[in-house]
Amino acid sequence: MPIIYKKNAVDLSFSLITALASLTVILLVLGIFGVLLRESFLSINKFGVIRFLTSTDWNPVKESFGAATTIYGTVITTVLALLIAVPTAIGIAIFVTEIAPSFLKGPIGVAIELLAAIPSIIYGMWGLFTLAPIMSRYIEPALQNSVGKLPMLGVLFQGTPMGIDIFTASVILSIMIIPFTASISRDAFNLTPAVVKESAYAIGTTKWEVVKDVILPYSKVGVFGGIALSLGRALGETMAVAFVLGNKHHIATSLFDAAATITVTLANEFTEADSNIYLSSLFYLALVLFVLSFVVLAIGKFFLLKAERKYSR
Amino acid sequence: MNRERKRKLESLTALFLSTLAAGFGLFWLVFILGDVLIHGIGALNLSLFMNDPTPAGVSGGGLRNAFMGQLLITFFATLIGVPIGVLGGTFLAEYARGTTISRVVSILADIMVSVPSIVIGTFVYAILVRPVGHFNGWAGSVALAIIMIPVVLRTTEDMLSLVPWTLREAAFALGAPYYKVIIQVVYRGAATGILTGILLSIARVAGETAPLLFTSFNNAFFSLDMNRPMASLTASIFQYAMGPYDDWHAQAWAASFVITLVVLAITILGKVIIKWRFK
Repeated sequence: MPIIYKKNAVDLSFSLITALASLTVILLVLGIFGVLLRESFLSINKFGVIRFLTSTDWNPVKESFGAATTIYGTVITTVLALLIAVPTAIGIAIFVTEIAPSFLKGPIGVAIELLAAIPSIIYGMWGLFTLAPIMSRYIEPALQNSVGKLPMLGVLFQGTPMGIDIFTASVILSIMIIPFTASISRDAFNLTPAVVKESAYAIGTTKWEVVKDVILPYSKVGVFGGIALSLGRALGETMAVAFVLGNKHHIATSLFDAAATITVTLANEFTEADSNIYLSSLFYLALVLFVLSFVVLAIGKFFLLKAERKYSR
Repeated sequence: MNRERKRKLESLTALFLSTLAAGFGLFWLVFILGDVLIHGIGALNLSLFMNDPTPAGVSGGGLRNAFMGQLLITFFATLIGVPIGVLGGTFLAEYARGTTISRVVSILADIMVSVPSIVIGTFVYAILVRPVGHFNGWAGSVALAIIMIPVVLRTTEDMLSLVPWTLREAAFALGAPYYKVIIQVVYRGAATGILTGILLSIARVAGETAPLLFTSFNNAFFSLDMNRPMASLTASIFQYAMGPYDDWHAQAWAASFVITLVVLAITILGKVIIKWRFK
């Protein structure tokens, strides 16, 4: 079918208008990349690529900038969040698809999706006023007195538990991405043909064996894509962590220490940047985040498409 | 026998853990919503909607400027984002159906849906705030519109694809040109779906904070001028929650309560419409 219709003047203009509208998406992707690249030019020239990415120095006074501390903070909080979120989300998906009685499936699915609809600033504020005090008073001291006493792991739980730290931020982040991962996993699980499951039951397998040996292998590509998409989301989450991370530029070894992520640094410092090189370095950070999350999201999308193709065959 | 019992036990344990996971998810939902409800309702009063903020540290005052600003910014974002999204989705599902360009744009839009919103904020700052020299409401609207476009575009594409091809062929057979088929047959068939997509995209941007921080910024005074910095509920919540005054915290909770209520109401409405229309 021809994309642009030439037979009729109205059709021609309508098809052109719609074509332009859909091209805005491509323009936005290229535009964001191009503009961020242009704005960070000053910083790229001064600090280079490798040096910027590996330097732990973030010093606005001396005008010396490196992204390593913020990239480290971003990666640590995201990985910790995924460690909590992925098993929980898969558990939820198993519950919704295989265990829950049918009258519960809908409501629980909706409830989990509502978690995803709550604005991230609400998570952030709730984290600051409610979760952080609970963390510093009960959970973090308890962890210090149990796991913190172990010889190798102890270093992870050092310091005064303030509640404003990597641990709290990761917990909030994990709550935020659980619904997202859970709903994609649920959709992937649901695509397993009933016949395959029933054949497994017919030879006497238990429910868990069906999940473990039939459903999970069948849907692993889709679940993997879902995890990658959640990872991409978590990398760029700002407000939920901005309240409880403390924006401290250093390589933290303890989970109970404040840190900074790329997003938190941008949120806190962007409007206060007083020199060109400072602002340019912040744009450089934004560029790093854009490229990083774009690549991760693209990988996730690739796996989801692969899963879709597998099922449609 | 022993082996069988072990397998059954293993299964029961795994299923119990999954149920626990679902309970864990629900626990947070109840915890967060309950907390916002308790703190929010207590702080809610008429003055919040009727008055502008008082100088920092002086008790009283409200967030009238932020409510108005939020409405204006979201309204103009919808005005910019929805037409582009719907038209773009039309191109993908109709004129370019099945082509490579359609697939590429569709995948890019899916990625753009999840691109960090704060990055979009910095982008809009570079193109709409720096050249002008000051923060302005338009920049906030544009930033939110950029977040909306891929969402609306993708749902429109999906909804139009659901309309059976034979329906279009019937209209073609009557001699209708394609644009007429799209507007009078396809749009009509997919109207509820598209509307739901728009509703959900409004719910999505209404709670966005990060892209507003560097674009519309904030404004302690009541202003309807989109060319000036403009207050928004979310940016005010950020400022007030981080601030030192108890009075600010209470107002931040009240504002959070209102915004959560609105966002969840729109989301539930959208989901109810989908259920009612497609199941």
